[in-house]
Amino acid sequence: MSSSEVGKEGVRGERPGREAQIGKGLRGRGRRGGRRGGRGEKAMVPEAEFTSYYGRPILKPPVWKSFDVAGYFFLGGLAGAGSVLAAGAQLTGRPAAARALKISSLAAICGSTAALVHDLGRPERFYNMLRVMKPTSPMSVGSWLLAAYGPAAGAAAALEVTGLFPRLGRAATAGAAVLGPAVAAYTAVLAADTAVPAWHEAHRELPFVFVGSAAAAAAGMALVAAPVRENAPMRTAAVLGAGLELAAAKVLERRAGPAAEPYKRGRGGAYMRAGEILSAAGTAGCVLLGGRSRAAAALSGAALLASSACTRFGVFHAGVQSAEDPKYTVVPQRERLAGRDAASAS
Amino acid sequence: MGFFTDTSVCIGCKACEVACKEWNAVPEDGLEFTGMSYDNTQGLGADTWRHVAFIEQSKPIGQNETGVDHGAPPGAGGMRWLMASDVCKHCTHAACLDVCPTGSLFRTEFGTVVVQQDICNGCGYCVPACPYGVIDQRKGDGRVWKCTLCYDRIGVGQEPACAKACPTDSIQFGPLDELRERAALRVDQLHDLGVEDARLYGHDPDDGVGGDGAFFLLLDEPEVYGLPPDPVVTTRDLPSMWRHAGVAAATLLGGLAAVFAAHGRKGGAR
Ligand code: SF4
Ligand code: SF4
Repeated sequence: MSSSEVGKEGVRGERPGREAQIGKGLRGRGRRGGRRGGRGEKAMVPEAEFTSYYGRPILKPPVWKSFDVAGYFFLGGLAGAGSVLAAGAQLTGRPAAARALKISSLAAICGSTAALVHDLGRPERFYNMLRVMKPTSPMSVGSWLLAAYGPAAGAAAALEVTGLFPRLGRAATAGAAVLGPAVAAYTAVLAADTAVPAWHEAHRELPFVFVGSAAAAAAGMALVAAPVRENAPMRTAAVLGAGLELAAAKVLERRAGPAAEPYKRGRGGAYMRAGEILSAAGTAGCVLLGGRSRAAAALSGAALLASSACTRFGVFHAGVQSAEDPKYTVVPQRERLAGRDAASAS
Repeated sequence: MGFFTDTSVCIGCKACEVACKEWNAVPEDGLEFTGMSYDNTQGLGADTWRHVAFIEQSKPIGQNETGVDHGAPPGAGGMRWLMASDVCKHCTHAACLDVCPTGSLFRTEFGTVVVQQDICNGCGYCVPACPYGVIDQRKGDGRVWKCTLCYDRIGVGQEPACAKACPTDSIQFGPLDELRERAALRVDQLHDLGVEDARLYGHDPDDGVGGDGAFFLLLDEPEVYGLPPDPVVTTRDLPSMWRHAGVAAATLLGGLAAVFAAHGRKGGAR
């Protein structure tokens, strides 16, 4: 036991009284082959295969509950993109759609805030989020974003329903439409700014998956809630959103390397595939029949909403899978190291 | 101030685990038999701030020979033990601290990273952010907990409980530059003795996390001990993330505006 004294100035007398020596006094003393490795040299180690500590995860998987957090991602996207569609509908003389979307955005943002608060270990401490403003913390940025967007979306909906102060209502609608895309996109950064391989490696594509999915969900909501005569732009928005979501997800699966595997396998993969199928069905349905039949439009809209939710659950579970398997932590980092070694050798 | 853990002298007595629990009044976290080596603690967590890993390998250490004939039946023996006491790395660029939305995680005057328990709101963001998988949420409490490097002890000139209790000086505490110097000497010494796999881990101030306030001398690859081979502070890519999100948000706004522009006013062109 060492007997060191420590102060803010430093430590005195902390040196161990003896040196332990491995290999001393053992058989075959005297260096075999006289090899002396440089520091960190791994000449003796065979080809680095994947090893781990009894297969235990290296990272801690998110402690978030899938229903709360995937639901939060979904509802945030629905609300944010919905506000943009609402403003567009209002400006182009589609009042019923505008009204429905303003109400759905308010409901969605309330739901997502409730999910977030519910997921906190100590909900009574939620206000601690607003103690600081930290650009390095996407969750802090998001809290402030919600603090600005929520009231705007709320005012837009309330003034629309009551018909009071139309001018203020228009300003709130515009404000929510400007902040909405940020609400839909920031959740991708929230996920990507972690060590979770499937999320972190996807940080370039994830925002596009999320906004595409958000646009498809909001368009779906409009198809469900608004009359057929007003839904032409919503159908176009659904096609664009679903297309962007699918394209970004495909790029992600190609570019993120081994870390993209959980998007194709297991529970994450199953949700992602379900999302793709629902999204294809929803877009096809609304393009072919959505302009004629109210029922077909509503059905396609529901499929689009479900597809967006599936994608968020898929992303969530893919992240959890990638954190739980040490392979996704070790193998890419090994490859990175090997690449660096090769670069410095040449 | 920080830790240097020289795993080559660790005897796996777990005195550090016990001392840490005792001093910090960390609750019991399951007395289970895992059947996984002799290590039933399994890993760091909210209620395990020091964790001693036990690794069984059939590999020699230095001139140590495996498979020496002790009259055991054929096929038996031929293995070595590696033991290593793991702990929060107190990263110079700590992802947990960066992402905490409440400012509950802070850097102390000793350069260590500590959670302010009265402010943590249990959002759990720091948990997946840590590239080492250290910090974790305590069930039923909601808040996160991890090694404080005995903030209360070093504040009054004591060394952390684990270092104090370690009978082999495997855990050494002191100013980092002194520790790094000593660690470099120790690696050279081990290499001279033929222990060619000896290497330092987390000592380099230029690595992905800016160097660790707790670094290690290991006798095998980091992943063998359950450590990531090349950890990077997760916020390193944050500017790129915000940029991509900004472009995505603009795409959404612009795309939907274009849709309405194309369709025009209701009753118009289409
Ligand atoms: S090891 Fe993890 S918990 Fe410890 S300081 Fe680094 S990021 Fe934070
Ligand atoms: S769980 Fe606590 S310490 Fe961790 S990021 Fe959230 S508020 Fe900060």
